[in-house]
Amino acid sequence: MIQGVQIDMLSAERLSKMTSYEKIRLILDDVRQGSVVVLEKGLTPEEQGKLLETTMMEINPGTFSGIEIETYPSSGSDKGFITKLFGKKSNVPRLMVIGPVDQLKMLSREKDRLIAWASAAQ
Amino acid sequence: MVAFPRIRNFFGKLFGKKRSRVGIYGPPNAGKTTLANRIVRDVTGEAVGPVSEIPHETRRARRKEGVEINSGSTKLLIDIVDTPGVTTKIDYHEFMEYGMEQDEAIARAREATEGVAEAMHWLREDIDGVIYVLDSTQDPFMHVNIMMVGIIEARKLPVIIVANKIDLPDAAPQRIKSAFPQHPVVEISGLEGHNMDELYAKISEVFR
Repeated sequence: MIQGVQIDMLSAERLSKMTSYEKIRLILDDVRQGSVVVLEKGLTPEEQGKLLETTMMEINPGTFSGIEIETYPSSGSDKGFITKLFGKKSNVPRLMVIGPVDQLKMLSREKDRLIAWASAAQ
Repeated sequence: MVAFPRIRNFFGKLFGKKRSRVGIYGPPNAGKTTLANRIVRDVTGEAVGPVSEIPHETRRARRKEGVEINSGSTKLLIDIVDTPGVTTKIDYHEFMEYGMEQDEAIARAREATEGVAEAMHWLREDIDGVIYVLDSTQDPFMHVNIMMVGIIEARKLPVIIVANKIDLPDAAPQRIKSAFPQHPVVEISGLEGHNMDELYAKISEVFR
């Protein structure tokens, strides 16, 4: 049997049809089962806050220690449409990777590149 | 919802403004309680809470009411809310590395998770402005920092970023300025009290 990590990649189209609660529930259910979730379009700041709060409520010492979450750092040189129009940085979330903290480690994050290391559940 | 703070400010000015609640946020061990103690001690001579090298020493939000910030001829009365360090993960094994017994470490982890949720609840409901504290020796691009500043921006709360621990030899506050060019950044040492006058001036300006 192949040992490994399940990666669940969710398209922006699928995410756009889900409510915030549905997204958070799906992410946490997947992560708690040991999967790494990749969102083509990341969560909004409000949704990230909710994910953090819900994660804290579900942490159980010895069985679930929380999540590793990463996205590309926002760039001060963001020149997207909203930036040009309003002179402010866009709040549109970029690709986001979320996984169990004891299985996913971020090795490096650059403007347009994330390098992560994932291990199978113990 | 986002217009509410502006409306409240307008009526506050009209009828006598209530004190702003300024939350001190940041990741664990950034020096939030040390800074809160520094600010409150400078004004009242009291402390807000104990500090420790072990992460999550602060596991409940603590409020100090009526702290008067003086900067030149400007006076500002605020409530300071010291909050638990915000993180996406809490592993009790980390506490055992500091010599804690397993039961004590597990209890601390449980309290810490409640504390983080409580800090987020305060931010959602009861905070009017944020001092976001970062350790100048650490990577400011950690996702939790990007996420928290994003949440603060989405709520349109005024924010000051504090680049703390500049007394340490490997401090690099410039990295924090590069990470958050859209916000005022003040370099301080909460422990040594370096540059606190500049911070008080910025508090008076931003949270007015």
